[in-house]
Amino acid sequence: MSEHDDHTHDHKHDHGHDHDNGHAPHPFQPDIEDGPITEYMVLTRAIGELMVEKGVFAAEDLREKLEYMQSRKPALGARLIARAWTDPAFAARLERDAMAAAQELDIDVGVVEIRALPDRPGLHNVIVCTLCSCYPVMLLGNSPDWYKSREYRSRVVREPRAVLAEFGTEIPAETELRIHDSTAELRYFVIPERPAGTEGWSEERLADIVTRDCMIGTALPKPGAA
Amino acid sequence: MATETPPRFAPGDRVRVRAAFPPGHIRTPFFVRGREGRVEALAAIHPNPEGLAYGGDGTPRRPVYRVAFRQADLWEDYAGAPGDATVVDIFEHWLEPAEGGAP
Repeated sequence: MSEHDDHTHDHKHDHGHDHDNGHAPHPFQPDIEDGPITEYMVLTRAIGELMVEKGVFAAEDLREKLEYMQSRKPALGARLIARAWTDPAFAARLERDAMAAAQELDIDVGVVEIRALPDRPGLHNVIVCTLCSCYPVMLLGNSPDWYKSREYRSRVVREPRAVLAEFGTEIPAETELRIHDSTAELRYFVIPERPAGTEGWSEERLADIVTRDCMIGTALPKPGAA
Repeated sequence: MATETPPRFAPGDRVRVRAAFPPGHIRTPFFVRGREGRVEALAAIHPNPEGLAYGGDGTPRRPVYRVAFRQADLWEDYAGAPGDATVVDIFEHWLEPAEGGAP
């Protein structure tokens, strides 16, 4: 704590000098270490260090694994959907067994089972994990912060239409909304309907309009977005 | 297999989620406890996370169902469309037949 105090003191001191130059004092931008460290952050770090210390894996393995997870991007899921939009037989396989369908496109899907939730005329799907933050990382990359927020997790099951409207997504009253809470062992992603105005588009061009949020279900693909 | 329990429910069955509140690592969200829904499908058969979380092996493995709850059955003042639903993956030992529901 005393180190922090010294830091603050030095900083104020510097500001005194700045002031001589005619700059108004301003709050400094906190470094990431300046936030409180939570119990779970301590636990995570302790387990990681213990594993390395006990030789279960090396620090390098941990870094590589994290780097690999960071390299997963929504473009992988978008490729699957663009293929499904242009190939009905593939669409059927994707709906039946998303893991096998992804492997057809040489996409590594990992070991946790991921399933596809196809939208239909009159039916729109949305995913959430109300208990924590379960998410199909292998196909969509790391989840956005809001997906993990208590607000999204509690409100999307309580007032889904209001939450979607805040994302700019209005679902017609006659369309049935299904919120999928991945609380157990499975992960899900949404296959949106192919929008009108994309007739004749290439798979690459179609994939460009399938954003991360389209596969969460908080947005719908729009031909103007590409 | 002795370590597995055969599925007790079938698609279409009306079920009620146990209104229980034991401590520990529970994957059944509070907002569906005590609520009635409909079994959509058997999702998978998985080790029980309530044992796995504490160093156990998760046996017997349990059926996990996709259970659909009408939004209007979850929230008294739900303002969306009548067909709106939340589908939750629920381990079998958290489900019981709804009154007059199971065949």
